Amino acid sequence: MPKRIKKAYVINVIGLLLLFAGLYCFFETGIFGTRTDYFKGIATTACYTIIMVTSLNLLVGVMGEFSLGHAGFMSVGAYASAILTNSLAEKDVPVFVMFLCALLVGGIAAAVTGVLVGIPTLKLRGDYLAIVTVAFAEIIRVAFTNFEITGGGRTMSGITKLSNFYWVFWVTVVCVTIMYMFIRSRFGRTVKAIREDYIAASASGVNVTFYKVMTFTISAFFAGIAGAIYAHYMTAMIPTSFNFMYSAEFLTEVIIGGTGSMTGSVIGAAFLSALPEAMRAFARYRMLGYSIVLVLIMIFRPGGIFGTWEFSLTRALERLTGHGRTETGAGAAGKGAQ
Amino acid sequence: MSIFVQSIINGLNQGAIYALIALGYTMVYGILRMINFAHGDFIMVGAYTMFYTAPLMINYGMPPWMAVFLAVAACTVVGVLVERIAYKPVRHSGSMSALITALAMSLFLENLAMVLFGGNPKTVTKIFDLPMVEILGAKIQMKYLLTLGIGLAIMVALTMFVRMTKLGKAMRAVPQDREAATIVGINVDRIITVTFAIGSALAAVAAMMYCSTYPRCTTDMGSMMGIKAFIAAVLGGIGIIPGAMLGGLIVGVIEIFVKVYLAPGWYEAITYGILIIVLLIKPSGILGKNAGEKV
Amino acid sequence: MSKTEVPVLQASHLGIQFGGLKAVDDFNLEIGQSELVGLIGPNGAGKTTVFNLLTGVYQPTEGAYYLCGDKMTGKKTHQVVDAGIARTFQNIRLFKKMTVLENVKIAMNKDMKYSMLSALFRTKAYWEEERATDAQALKLLEIVHLADKADYVAENLPYGEQRRLEIARALATGMKLLLLDEPAAGMNPTETAELLDIINHIRDSFGISVLLIEHDMSLVMKICERIQVIDYGVTIACGTPEEIANNPKVIEAYLGKDEE
Repeated sequence: MPKRIKKAYVINVIGLLLLFAGLYCFFETGIFGTRTDYFKGIATTACYTIIMVTSLNLLVGVMGEFSLGHAGFMSVGAYASAILTNSLAEKDVPVFVMFLCALLVGGIAAAVTGVLVGIPTLKLRGDYLAIVTVAFAEIIRVAFTNFEITGGGRTMSGITKLSNFYWVFWVTVVCVTIMYMFIRSRFGRTVKAIREDYIAASASGVNVTFYKVMTFTISAFFAGIAGAIYAHYMTAMIPTSFNFMYSAEFLTEVIIGGTGSMTGSVIGAAFLSALPEAMRAFARYRMLGYSIVLVLIMIFRPGGIFGTWEFSLTRALERLTGHGRTETGAGAAGKGAQ
Repeated sequence: MSIFVQSIINGLNQGAIYALIALGYTMVYGILRMINFAHGDFIMVGAYTMFYTAPLMINYGMPPWMAVFLAVAACTVVGVLVERIAYKPVRHSGSMSALITALAMSLFLENLAMVLFGGNPKTVTKIFDLPMVEILGAKIQMKYLLTLGIGLAIMVALTMFVRMTKLGKAMRAVPQDREAATIVGINVDRIITVTFAIGSALAAVAAMMYCSTYPRCTTDMGSMMGIKAFIAAVLGGIGIIPGAMLGGLIVGVIEIFVKVYLAPGWYEAITYGILIIVLLIKPSGILGKNAGEKV
Repeated sequence: MSKTEVPVLQASHLGIQFGGLKAVDDFNLEIGQSELVGLIGPNGAGKTTVFNLLTGVYQPTEGAYYLCGDKMTGKKTHQVVDAGIARTFQNIRLFKKMTVLENVKIAMNKDMKYSMLSALFRTKAYWEEERATDAQALKLLEIVHLADKADYVAENLPYGEQRRLEIARALATGMKLLLLDEPAAGMNPTETAELLDIINHIRDSFGISVLLIEHDMSLVMKICERIQVIDYGVTIACGTPEEIANNPKVIEAYLGKDEE
């Protein structure tokens, strides 16, 4: 491992620890008084939204395909994990273990669904694929409305509250890091090549279908984890929440943040999911505002706010302290890490 | 037997609604290669116009269905505005931008309606006051037959229009080769506007048919119905006008039959399942021609 | 080549129909070790279709083809590439928004070993293999004179360099047979001369065989040992450049057209 990269890792870990410590102090010193829990809730919502949006960005930004049914995978994760924890509720399982099991089961259930949906459909592209993802998400929703075990169309309630913000924070960090590492490896590179030109990719020896299904599955896996967090934060849910509108919301957040930019997804998701909560009075104008911003972005800045730019703590520190190398040197090293 | 006949009529009625909406999708897709997600919401615009204007019609001593003309006007204006303001600027920036913009316009119309009209469903005044009739031993609402008739008549008229008139021929020429169409003197911008106008007007008629069958309007009524109509368009072969009609009728009939005979809770899932199967077996649809990408 | 040796490429009676139209009919070709064969014919003669047949983009409706004796018919493109046939495209197909180096590394992915877990945890295997691949890709870029532009985004390269990058990417697949689809199209004489050197160099140093589609007749005549001419999907002549240049059928179908 190059020294520079090692240093970057240390800096990033310290940065995250500081961020966590900052949030911890905010919440634990009780300066918000009775509203602490409310703000914690917003932060938790922001976290699972971040996972949803970054995982969707794997499809939209990296693979260059649309999914308008991402909430469907989220619901699979949510219901699978809720069924698991409901059945474990009577048993004497440590809470943290139960939480991890819920995440894992949620993720795996969604990933399996992802494989089943992906294999037949990923030979389609563009608009057709977008429509098929809608169709699958709707089928999943109808199924959950009809199955007795998922509440039979009524609210499924009484799910154990397992998602506390401090755990969820680190789960989010791990998920985003894993996706980032995936993108910047030979796997992510290959998927990007498929986005650029799938015919050339297959002529370069890439098994296009395999890589597409793989990406789709990974994306679904993380959506499932987000769903598990959602279920054990909300403690009650109904299939109709995971509708087309919810999927569309995630997609708008990806686009506004910037297709292909993890930074854009994280900041976009955190900001856009927290903002309407913070300004309750304007909540009914939220989606109206989104849609106008979306059209304006498409007209004036089609790549989204952050484009494909990625934030680097190392680079920012170097610039701040004036220790930065020349721009070209840093740029080349950055590319080397890809 | 009587249930069967009833289901057929109901299905065709439902299918005619889908077909009228599907025509809008298909015509726009044919020209711009874009799923106009906002198209479903034009129905919502039409339905709310009916809701607000039908009582006015009664006040002025006219039959409530006359409100459809106002709905057509409202939808046409909205449709053309959406195209001019949102779609035209992104027309050359790729299919991703087009899809997102369309989605954004759909969200915009729905949420604007939410702000303007509120989230509660509205009940539309009775549009047709007609008796029941008996056909082959089945009691059928006369209004179903009437709306079905209107739907079919409009489809025939549209077919004649695109086959016989100069404007209609231009509308068919542009999707086939836009550059060639420009060379022979067709104003492509104008054709696109006309296409949106016709598509939106058809959506308004579909809204009237819908309101007479289910007298209720909600802000999200358009998006789900729109997706099903889009399915109908894909099923018949997207970009092909007779395909949209055929697809619409098929989807409508299947839905009603699944509702009545198979599993009421699953009818939507079946529709989506059919779409997926069709796309996997023949992505170009029932009447479409397969075309791969040139290497 | 000696008669007993297994040819690198053997295509026998290859044919494909689109609708009722026979785009390629009864196509036969043998290419030996290190041989450089030209495939020429008028526009729309079916040359690129032959390439598409030989790379699994289309499946032939008749006949079969073999690479070093192994049957390739029925395999998918990436499997054919894996077996050892690589190609370039007439209308350049690069990964436009990726760097020159990445373009080459994509073609090497099939031979890279590190696992998903290695990638996620950035193990030693990841770093070592990425570095080794970088070095190897740079070597290939040197062959096509692009090593100094490894960090450029592919779409920013001038036309001639994009064509050369496509060749480097094809080389990176580690193939036995290279199919070049009009590599000199749109190049000026200097660039064409440079390309000629590159093709010769590749053949000599890698010992691979080349099948070349080209419109530039002087180029074809200069470097090809054998030439096959097709018109309307049918082979009308094959032989040495001299034989082809003097073949009345060819002159009628192809060269004659130029003089009209």
